[in-house]
This record gives sequence, C-alpha cells and structure tokens, in this order.
Amino acid sequence: MNPLKNRSLVSISDFNREEQISILDMAEDFEKNPNQDLLKGYIVATLFFEPSTRTRLSFDSAASRLGARVIGFSESSSSSVSKGETLKDTILTVSNYSDIIVMRHPKEGSARYASEVSPVPIVNAGDGANQHPTQCLLDLYSIRKTQGRLEEINIAFVGDLKYGRTVHSLVIALCNHRATFHLVSPPALQLPESIKWLIQSNHLTYKEYEELDQVLSFADVIYMTRVQQERFADPIEYEKVKNAYVLKSDMLGSTRANLKIMHPLPRVNEISQDVDETEKAYYFQQALNGVYVRQAILTSILGVK
Amino acid sequence: MENKGQRKELQVSAIENGTVIDHIPALSLFQVLHLLHLEGFRNQILFGTNLDSQKYGKKAIIKVSDKFFRAEEINRIALFAPTATLIEIRNYQVVLKKKVEIPDELVNMVKCFNPLCITNHEQMVTRFRVVDKAELKVQCRYCEKIMERDDMVFL
Repeated sequence: MNPLKNRSLVSISDFNREEQISILDMAEDFEKNPNQDLLKGYIVATLFFEPSTRTRLSFDSAASRLGARVIGFSESSSSSVSKGETLKDTILTVSNYSDIIVMRHPKEGSARYASEVSPVPIVNAGDGANQHPTQCLLDLYSIRKTQGRLEEINIAFVGDLKYGRTVHSLVIALCNHRATFHLVSPPALQLPESIKWLIQSNHLTYKEYEELDQVLSFADVIYMTRVQQERFADPIEYEKVKNAYVLKSDMLGSTRANLKIMHPLPRVNEISQDVDETEKAYYFQQALNGVYVRQAILTSILGVK
Repeated sequence: MENKGQRKELQVSAIENGTVIDHIPALSLFQVLHLLHLEGFRNQILFGTNLDSQKYGKKAIIKVSDKFFRAEEINRIALFAPTATLIEIRNYQVVLKKKVEIPDELVNMVKCFNPLCITNHEQMVTRFRVVDKAELKVQCRYCEKIMERDDMVFL
C-alpha cells in the first residue's frame, strides 16, 4: 500500500521523514531512467494563478516524461479568475477534468484551502510567501546526491532569510537530519524567531553572521538567496546590503572540497557568473533534479508506483 | 462580610433558571456579550460591570435567563475573559460551576491578520490552532502565520 496515494502535498511537513526519503529514493530511479510511461492516460492540471515559468515547465516536463497529458493555464488573466470566479469554483471545475492539480497562487494558504475543497489531490507549487514543498524536496535531493548523505550537514543560508520561503522549508526539513545551520544575512533580514525556536527545540545549533566570508571555510552547502529591493522600506538600506552577499569564484579557494553552492533561482547578481564554471556551482543541476523529484511526487500521489 | 455579599447580590439580582458568567474582566463585558451573540437575544439578560472583586479588583457579571450554553459557545469568551466562571442555575440552585477553557482550535471566531491570507479573499471559515494557551498564540491553518492576542479581530 502506498501511503502517499491520493494525499495532497501542501506543506513540507505534510510528509513525514520516511515519506520524504521515499520520494528521494524514487527520484533517484527517475534520474537513471526518466522516460517511463507510468502516467499514460492520466491528466495533470497545472494552474498557475501567477506566472512562474521555471516551476511550471519543470512540472510539465516531469508529467510529459511520464506520458501524462498536461492541461492548465500559466497566468490568471487567461483564466476565468479574471472574470471574478472564486478559487473554490475554479478548483471544483478543473477537478472534473484532471486526476491531480498542481497549483501556484499568490495568496498564502490557497493550496491548503484548495486541498480541502478538491476531490483530487493538490500539489502546492508555491502559495505566496508561505510554502513551496516540491522545491524543498528537490533541495533535499540535491544535498543528499552531492554530499552522499542528509545527516549532519553544515549548511550556510545566505541573503534574505526573513522572507525566503525556500529557506524556511529547508530549515524545517533539515531539522529531521541533525544539520548545523549557519545564517548569513543583514540584521533586517534574519531568520524569523519561530524558525530559530524550532531549531533549538530540536536540540540543534544555529549561528548568525553578517559577513559571507565567515562561513566559507567550513560549509558543506551554501544556499544562496536573492535579497530583493522591495523588502526594504528604505532604499539606502538596500544599497548598503545589496552587494554585501555576492559570491565570486575567487572566494572559493579555501572552501571544502565537497562544497556545493545551491540557489532556488532565479539569481540576479548574488552569484557572479564566473562561479558557474567551477565544480562547486550546483544550481543548474539542482533545477534539473526538480524534474526527477516532481516525477516521484506525481507518481506517488497518483499511486502508480 | 455577609452584609457586603448581600449588597452584591442586589446589584445584579438572582435568576431562577439559566446561566451566570462571573469573574469577567470589567473591560471585557461588552466584548463577551458580543461573542455570545447576546445583543439580539430575547430572554432576560442582567449584567453589571465595575463590580468589586476580591480576586480581580473589578469584574463584570452576566446572568442570562433560560439559556444554557454549549461548551464551544462559551469557550469563545475564554480569549477575552480567561478568568470567567460559568455557573448553571436551576430553580435558584447552582447545578454546575466551571472555568471557561481556551479551545484547541478557533473556528470562524477571528480574522487572520495577514492581508495576503486566502481567508481574507474567499468566502470561507477561518481556522486557527492554539499553539500557546498561556501566551495566547494561534496559528492560521491556511497561511500558517502565528498571531498573538493583540492582532486578533473577532468576526
């Protein structure tokens, strides 16, 4: 019996540790053999109420490699939402046409609500600043693949740790795996207290830093994020920090041999392009891993593997 | 002492059957009346506030005739009147006395303070899990934000 069958995936904590590991194991199989007709005859709906080309294409690619048909829309202006339809009505209608719904929506909690009204399972592809669980699973997959393990990783999170939902989800997930957290951010963008509290309540360690070079020598993984201008009320404050967290190839000299640099993408200037050529850059492979992880999620929830 | 007790009794007179809600913080009286939907209620309601209380300094009291509340109705007031006591009266006799309890979940009682939360954009029931009863912190089931008492707006 597949315990994930017909379950919605809204928050990373909807799947327990073992269930998360089972997704990573399946993704490993898909990486070896990505084209399998396991979902032939199935219809996957991708409802993107706000544009996210990367995530949508990754799901489309995952579904297509499994032989499923994909229907949906890529922005709400091309759907009945622009006519004033409620989310509930959209979900109830689309669930008539599909076996599973992947949705991205600007409002926080929209995916949880959709999972309550929908007769078919919902996969959350991002609900505002709240959750993005498939990104979290692909991050876990990338860490396990590059480090050979998930346990006791020294991970440095850099940039906007206050609003970055991928950071929050990954910290929560890594609390299951005895990670040590190194948090590099300007004071105004520190990790929320509630998540620091969670780290402490798991008897794990975190340290906070203001300089990126303080963590370079001992990190196994550096998880870079974009510092967004709109997060700052004062443009002068933004100017001060915008260039403070930029990773350049000449900074990688004294880093660990196993170090990998990850980023949820899109990047702007926080990783300079000369890093791309180094063997420590991992962000594009990380995005590719997203396809295998999403293949594993779709097949698990549809109960075909 | 006995004399003082009798004077108090006169301030809000006894009821034959119904519910007395005692030890309400004086400033929360009207909030509690509202939360119990008593504004439009047709039975006799007696209430008083700024009454002397040995334990709390000043208190309010409400007496509603011929009305017995369900636990989920009465526990709504625990957020504003955590000290309140519920007393059920039958034939002028106290038949039940208990403290109100903060519920584990607040269903359609408060509005989410997050303007981007889906609950503020769809016609739907709000749900909050009470994560800290002592400090009164609640977590929205939908946007997962944690809200404190000062952020709460009642529906």
